[in-house]
Amino acid sequence: MITIPYLTAVSTYFSYGLLFAFGQLRDYSRLIFDWCSTNNLQGYAPICLAHEDFYIRRLYHRIQDCFNRPISSAPDSWVDVIERYSNDNNKTLKRTTKSTRCLNLGSYNYLGFGSFDEYCTPRVIESLKKFSASTCSSRVDAGTTSVHAELEECVAKYVGKPAAIVTGMGFATNSAIIPVLIGKGGLIISDSLNHTSIVNGARGSGATIRVFQHNTPAHLERVLKEQIAEGQPRTHRPWKKIIVVVEGIYSMEGEICQLPEIVSVCKKYKAYVYLDEAHSIGAIGKTGRGVCELLGVDTADVDIMMGTFTKSFGSCGGYIAGSKELIQYLKYHCPAHLYATSISTPSAQQIISAIKVILGEDGSNRGAQKLARIRENSNFFRAELQKMGFEVLGDNDSPVMPIMLYNPAKIPAFSRECLRENVAVVVVGFPATPLLLARARICISASHSREDLIKALKVISKAGDLTGIKYFPAAPKKQEEEKDRIKLD
Amino acid sequence: MLRQLELSCSVSTMFSTIPCFCKRGDIIVADEGVHWGIQNGLQLSRRTIVYFKHNDMDSLRSTLEKIMTKNKRSKNLRRYIVAEAVYQNSGQIAPLDEIVKLKEKYRFRVILDESNSLGVLGRSGRGLSEHHGVPIEKIDVVTAAMGHALATEGGFCTGNARIIDYQRLSSSGYVFSASLPPYLASAAITAIDVIDQNPELLVKMKQNIALLWKGLSDIKGMSLASNHESPIVFLKLEKSSGSTKEDLLLLEKMADRALKEDSLLVVSSKKSFLDKCRLLVGIKLFVSAGHSDTDLIKASESLKRLASELLLSPNLFFLFITSYVFFFNLLSYFIILDDHVA
Repeated sequence: MITIPYLTAVSTYFSYGLLFAFGQLRDYSRLIFDWCSTNNLQGYAPICLAHEDFYIRRLYHRIQDCFNRPISSAPDSWVDVIERYSNDNNKTLKRTTKSTRCLNLGSYNYLGFGSFDEYCTPRVIESLKKFSASTCSSRVDAGTTSVHAELEECVAKYVGKPAAIVTGMGFATNSAIIPVLIGKGGLIISDSLNHTSIVNGARGSGATIRVFQHNTPAHLERVLKEQIAEGQPRTHRPWKKIIVVVEGIYSMEGEICQLPEIVSVCKKYKAYVYLDEAHSIGAIGKTGRGVCELLGVDTADVDIMMGTFTKSFGSCGGYIAGSKELIQYLKYHCPAHLYATSISTPSAQQIISAIKVILGEDGSNRGAQKLARIRENSNFFRAELQKMGFEVLGDNDSPVMPIMLYNPAKIPAFSRECLRENVAVVVVGFPATPLLLARARICISASHSREDLIKALKVISKAGDLTGIKYFPAAPKKQEEEKDRIKLD
Repeated sequence: MLRQLELSCSVSTMFSTIPCFCKRGDIIVADEGVHWGIQNGLQLSRRTIVYFKHNDMDSLRSTLEKIMTKNKRSKNLRRYIVAEAVYQNSGQIAPLDEIVKLKEKYRFRVILDESNSLGVLGRSGRGLSEHHGVPIEKIDVVTAAMGHALATEGGFCTGNARIIDYQRLSSSGYVFSASLPPYLASAAITAIDVIDQNPELLVKMKQNIALLWKGLSDIKGMSLASNHESPIVFLKLEKSSGSTKEDLLLLEKMADRALKEDSLLVVSSKKSFLDKCRLLVGIKLFVSAGHSDTDLIKASESLKRLASELLLSPNLFFLFITSYVFFFNLLSYFIILDDHVA
């Protein structure tokens, strides 16, 4: 749980209050200005009510240059960020033809498959020549190629489940699969910080939704006990099905879920476990098999394992792995399988090749090296940031490192300062995070070298000093300690 | 000024767009034959949804009348009409000029899904608005999947600057999802360039559709249920058995035989239990500009042959089952009678 220091909370509220006041003033003056000019859409209700896009018009637009930055190269450890300029105070941004080479700390490129790879890329190009960019059809009609069939087997074997189904987009996987698995009369208990795709899927299913405190198995047990005792709302009949939805690594916190305890609670109360490994598959665990391998949980205990290929495999799409009967059922009913265009064949080939590299089936040990490097890099970077006094979230071994900013003005300040020193970071504010808890999210990759990380640390430290985000006292440096020791001696 | 927003999955385009613009109290009037992506978006928006009869303008008019008489006072109530340009479930084309007239009369906004009409309808392939001669500014939001005519993946949403800017933070499929792989975006750009520079592709495709229609106009046991200009040629059964499952089994059998005997790949309608669309099932044929005349003539001959073999002959299987059940019952009755007598 993030506990915001008292003074910081007061100053953050004050900043937002000031921004809100100025925004309202500008809105009033715009209203007066608009009264004078005519509007040709008389009689229509405005498509965006004033208060709905207030945040976008008056707050987000002012710092719009920190988001949506276009890049013109592959998202490797170094990336070309296109420069943009604005003539109307950041309301619209125009691209120039110039770009700056920046250190990339924002892409989900955990294992370095985001750029040219000597094993994967030639095979992807072959597949593009043979099968073309798109199948132009859904999986059940004419969109299944031999590559798709091979991919599903490969994924099932890698994850450790009997069968898997692959869809074209990770977001759509959750939104389309959860309504198929559970409906009215069922109960979904979801972690409070679960991703929007899970929330969308749960809402679309029609089941009752209850939330438990983030990563707290004790609270999950309390909620389960209460809900089983109460039964369905109004009728109090027993629930038809209970599914507990958790994530492997929470993308905004960098925390790893307490899977062994959650699985034991679910076994006790006979609830199904749905694990979303979007960020953890391929990135953690000795052979990259995700949070189950890292924490020693048997994959047979997790009923439904979901993941995406965007992060560690350098591709796109999502998968669900489970028992053969479950996957067969999903293939008959899942809308993403029946109606959406199937995953692009070259993307599928990229995933197969990436899995082969990770497992060492390409004849080299690059996969094992990558996994070792990302663990080393993450732990080194996190330790150094904490020593400098930054408030860094997340557990050890997790490659996702959010640095807390809190104050809205620090969001653009940190981002622009880092860009000036050629380091590209991603800053996140409302609505992706709660209003007060804005952060900068660093994603470490296996392709970052030690020099890259040291440079990044220098730049972040400088930006941190300028913006005042070193909320914790810095650890005393080693030389000073030695000096003291000598003095005492 | 029109702007555009791209998403990485075709089916998520609509279900990310619709919930952005619909809040408590808003009313959405949608066609009953819309595909699952739109249905999911409507469900996620959690607003009042009124369905009108599939592609029936009189039904739409009466629905709009009813809504307007009920809600005369609410000025800030947003009202939308959601329709598809070419319906994926039936191949019908929406009469956009009439929809726009109704929209202007009753002050509704139109959200149009042009997945199957982009690159197909209109003189230069710009979609339904060009086809009907309606200025594109009259349609408030246009979404489309790029997995059809543009042969890539993903989808996009266009509208005026304010609508698109609003979606950059509130469209869940855009904010909380990874972007499209760059090679697919390049493929889409190139596809649009090719369509622009080669209008003869559109002419060829329209000729192909007409040829297929001519070939299938006298097919026995099935009838053409789509619009004669739609690239989705939809064949429905003339005599439905009453059960969707039975119909689907028969259509699947026909598609299987077409593949095995004539190397012709056709697809039958597929339905998930989540799909609330109640339109008839049938066989869908997707026409392409790449098909040659001989291909299409061969296809129509094959389908005509299979239809007459499978659909016209008395359904022996059912005859067998009903007679078996009858004789079994008769036999068991006599056995019981025997037992009683004994």
